Amino acid sequence: MNWASRFGVFVVSAFGFCAIFAPWLAPYGQSQVVGDVWEPLFGEFIFGTDQIGRDMLSMLIYGARNMIALALLTTACAFGLGSLLGFLAATMRGWVDQVLSRFVDIVISIPTLIFALIVLSSTGTSVLALVTVIAIIYAMPVYRIARAVAMDIEVMEFVEAARLRGEGLWWIMRKEILPNALTPLAAEFGLRFCFVFLLISGLSFLGLGLQPPLADWGAMVRGNADGIAWGYMHPLVPATCIALLTIGINLIVDSAVQKASGLRDDQ
Amino acid sequence: MQNSLLRLVLRRLALGVLTLIAISLLITVGVEALSGDVCTAMMGQMASEDKVAACHRALNLDRPVHLRYIEWLVNFAQGDMGKALTNHREVVDVIGNRIGNTFFLAIASALIAIPISLALGIVAALYRNSLFDRSISMITLSGVSVPDFFIAYILMAIFAVSFGIFPAISNVDDTMALSERIVASALPVLTLTLAVSAHMMRMTRASIVSLMASPYIEMAKLKGVKPGRIIVFHALPNAWSPIIQVIMLNLAWLVVGVVIVEVVFVYPGLGALMIDAVFLRDMPIVRATAMIFASVYVILNLLADILSMASNPRLMHPK
Amino acid sequence: MSKVDYEIYKLQKRVTNGGMNRREFIKAATAMGFVATAPALYSHAAHATPKKGGTYRVGFGGANTGDMLDPADNGDTFMINMNMGGCRNALVEVNANGQAVPELAESLEPSADAKTWVVKLRQGIEFHSGKTFDADDAIASLEHHRGEDSTSDAKSVANSLGNIRKDGQNTLVFELESGNADFPYLLSDYHLLMGSADGSGKVDWASGDGTGSFVVKSFEPGVRAHMVRNPNYFKSGCANFDEVKMTAINDAAARMNAMATGQVDAIVRCDLKTAPMLEKKSGVSVIQVSGTKHFTYPMDVRQAPFNDNNVRMALKHGIDREAFVNTVLRGYGSLGNDHPISSNQNYHAGDLPQRQYDVDKAKWYLKQAGLTGLDVEIAAADAAFNGAVDATQLYSEAAKAAGINIKVNRVSPDGYWNNVWMKVPWSACYWSGRPTADWMFTIGYKAGGNWTDSYWDHARFEELLVAGRAELDEAKRNEIYVEMQTIVSNEGGVVVPCFANNVDAASDALGRPAKLAGNWELDGSRSIERWWFK
Repeated sequence: MNWASRFGVFVVSAFGFCAIFAPWLAPYGQSQVVGDVWEPLFGEFIFGTDQIGRDMLSMLIYGARNMIALALLTTACAFGLGSLLGFLAATMRGWVDQVLSRFVDIVISIPTLIFALIVLSSTGTSVLALVTVIAIIYAMPVYRIARAVAMDIEVMEFVEAARLRGEGLWWIMRKEILPNALTPLAAEFGLRFCFVFLLISGLSFLGLGLQPPLADWGAMVRGNADGIAWGYMHPLVPATCIALLTIGINLIVDSAVQKASGLRDDQ
Repeated sequence: MQNSLLRLVLRRLALGVLTLIAISLLITVGVEALSGDVCTAMMGQMASEDKVAACHRALNLDRPVHLRYIEWLVNFAQGDMGKALTNHREVVDVIGNRIGNTFFLAIASALIAIPISLALGIVAALYRNSLFDRSISMITLSGVSVPDFFIAYILMAIFAVSFGIFPAISNVDDTMALSERIVASALPVLTLTLAVSAHMMRMTRASIVSLMASPYIEMAKLKGVKPGRIIVFHALPNAWSPIIQVIMLNLAWLVVGVVIVEVVFVYPGLGALMIDAVFLRDMPIVRATAMIFASVYVILNLLADILSMASNPRLMHPK
Repeated sequence: MSKVDYEIYKLQKRVTNGGMNRREFIKAATAMGFVATAPALYSHAAHATPKKGGTYRVGFGGANTGDMLDPADNGDTFMINMNMGGCRNALVEVNANGQAVPELAESLEPSADAKTWVVKLRQGIEFHSGKTFDADDAIASLEHHRGEDSTSDAKSVANSLGNIRKDGQNTLVFELESGNADFPYLLSDYHLLMGSADGSGKVDWASGDGTGSFVVKSFEPGVRAHMVRNPNYFKSGCANFDEVKMTAINDAAARMNAMATGQVDAIVRCDLKTAPMLEKKSGVSVIQVSGTKHFTYPMDVRQAPFNDNNVRMALKHGIDREAFVNTVLRGYGSLGNDHPISSNQNYHAGDLPQRQYDVDKAKWYLKQAGLTGLDVEIAAADAAFNGAVDATQLYSEAAKAAGINIKVNRVSPDGYWNNVWMKVPWSACYWSGRPTADWMFTIGYKAGGNWTDSYWDHARFEELLVAGRAELDEAKRNEIYVEMQTIVSNEGGVVVPCFANNVDAASDALGRPAKLAGNWELDGSRSIERWWFK
């Protein structure tokens, strides 16, 4: 392991640690009002207080718990669904490909926020509904990429050989296509992971998002964002956390990709 | 080969029309399924039964939804987009004002973002694991993990409030000269560029890196071809498919997904219009904007598939 | 600017904003050593005379792409400012002191029982199109809001105007069903604006043709509007700008930035979180005027547990009003006392003790209700009022101490008024308020009313409501309204934690009257006709 991936592992496990032991680590409750509005950073409260006087540090720690679980779950669902359908379309071609692709066209051409607004307005913003909606939204672009990559692979000689050997569809997808499509997909995974935070903060722009009192990083950025033009650095704190976690995950993914593609560190 | 490509384009365009019909149906069902309609939405807190009933009569909303939909479809096919339910303006006028703005923003951002991210991606793949690669990677990752409205606020704080270089709000109008328009939309363009570049750059890098251990690249290396040449002439041609897909997705997002940036910079585009229309249940506008977005997507998509094929001859001649 | 100069400048600013009177100013200025010059400094700040010229650029929130020039549909600040303060007038306007004074009317005379009102119209007023304003226009404009097919937001107000007939071309006679001493206020409603009628008694609202201070040049709903001065405007000292450019800026942070960077000369509705910072910026003033706007938490009193007044009282004692005003309103507001009449309105019950956050009392009331703890759910979305979800969360935290467990259910802002408000037992709500006590009580508290969001029904209250409306004796009226406020506060189904001030911002290059109207934002939505460039 090189230093970069070590750093990635360190960041991710630090956040993971916070997530698991949140109730013991956080000095206050995630919804407890402890001080005035926007108490300064590095004062009595290390990361200050938010727009209604809650301790930012405690919210970050609880937010790690809520968000990492949510983001992992939704990204995993989106990738499972998206790449499965994408591979299926690429290997089976014909009407399966057409039906799936056109369906994806339809969903993807509805602006994400409007799709989420329409669905969440009817279902309510329970965690289950959020996970399902975000997973469906993000499965669509994953499908496009998975299908494109798999299409390229599907016409390779080794896939043809496998077909001639009489291997089944599932076998080809799993043994031939998946390993070869992993690199671009993994790169996509690392990014999509942080897109979940972005979408949730975008939802809070519309007044949707996680149910209170659950703390979430996206809403923390949103709730404090207006202060930035006036010298309040509070929204940078949750934004930095999202960035750190994203970088951490991507560093790990990068080094995994490196290994999988058989490249040595030194070229 | 020419023939097969033409057939593909024609078939996809035909399918595209079906897609458009399907999406108009889906969005109609979706918005109708939301509680309330244009009358209750417009009256908001001040709605009452008799007023809503009168409004339904006035707007002909007391007929069943499928009849209204079919009527709309027939009119639409004849090029009549109808009138907005809320303020009775012609949908063509409402949208006509904004469609150019939306495309201007998308194209300007794409013109900056695509070359930069391709170049950075290639250089990062070339010097992978170097300090340059790592720092570009970190910077773009930080950029992409910040919500777009927050990038917008930061840019506003720096360029508008602190230094006063660009205006904080970009309310462009038709009377502006191109130069004025560019200055006015500088901040939204910059925001969007930052939001999409990281994604494209990382996919370029990843796609190239994934090929670097292939036998033919090893072969080229052994032959003593320079690393830069290997990437541009040997790896890149085979890495196009996923890169094109990601570029296409981001282009589509630049047209369809910029709602928040439009709201924050007060930029009169289609995304904010559609959100307003959904909130107001103004079906003619919802459907018309959905149609535009879907057409953009269908066309971009077709373009991406054709380019993918052109980059991979094997796809061109399926056995 | 030296430090002392700066202090004086700040004081002058407060005078111009209406936050300080002559005596206070002189006292403060004298304390700083300006003994001889203090009175002159005051008059400099207070009596700036309107000058003509300039382009007034204003940033508004509350704009929508579905907006239209028909006032029947207007409900938010962009259109109210454009229509009422800009291109049109009403028969009556509310002045800076909150009094109803004739606008396109010349005089309003009630009969002894306040049932018949004779309204004389101003003569020789012209619409922008050149047509002369007369009784036919007035009747067509008012009838527009009435009748079975009306979808106007002012339908109930317009219906309460009774029978309208003309008596010659310049006189209207209103015959009400019951006496109403507040009748002139009804005619000041921002929907009841005058447009020019065609032969068939219909008004073409979309043309924007009115009698107002500015003529509509272009209008793009939800984006912008451009107006130029009406050279024939009938009010003196008004319509001072050459042009008005209105821009829709719905995002509060963007609005603040536009103000800070000087892209606009004034904005409506400051983002309260950052308003104190904007206040520090030189060249910009944050203007706050207390008005009638209030936030509420209506409970459905027909349903358990809210059918028990003890539970309602426990919940009224479980909210920390001080924290509410300080946090949600950043101090730009005042405490509410669980009734909808604000302290700057006539007949406000000033002697009614201020309800405080009192954990012991809340517990005591719970005990009276036979409960040891309480679990209730409240629905909130930011559509109810800006920051409603945060505010309700704050309520929930405060109530915990009294053993009251309030679960905040964040609902979609989409269709909030249609799906949530008055549909779930307890929700967050917003009222812009009404200029008179009678109007507010009638619209929001009368038993069986369309918008009586607590479904409350109180015999004595109903009796007083009818008695108060027709009462022309001020002392008796005051008594009635004070009793009504007391009843609503102690037995009503609505928690009213606060009154929110109107908080706007304006460039110091703008001249403003010494006292600003508080009935709406931006000088009663009339900055366009009342303000000027210094």
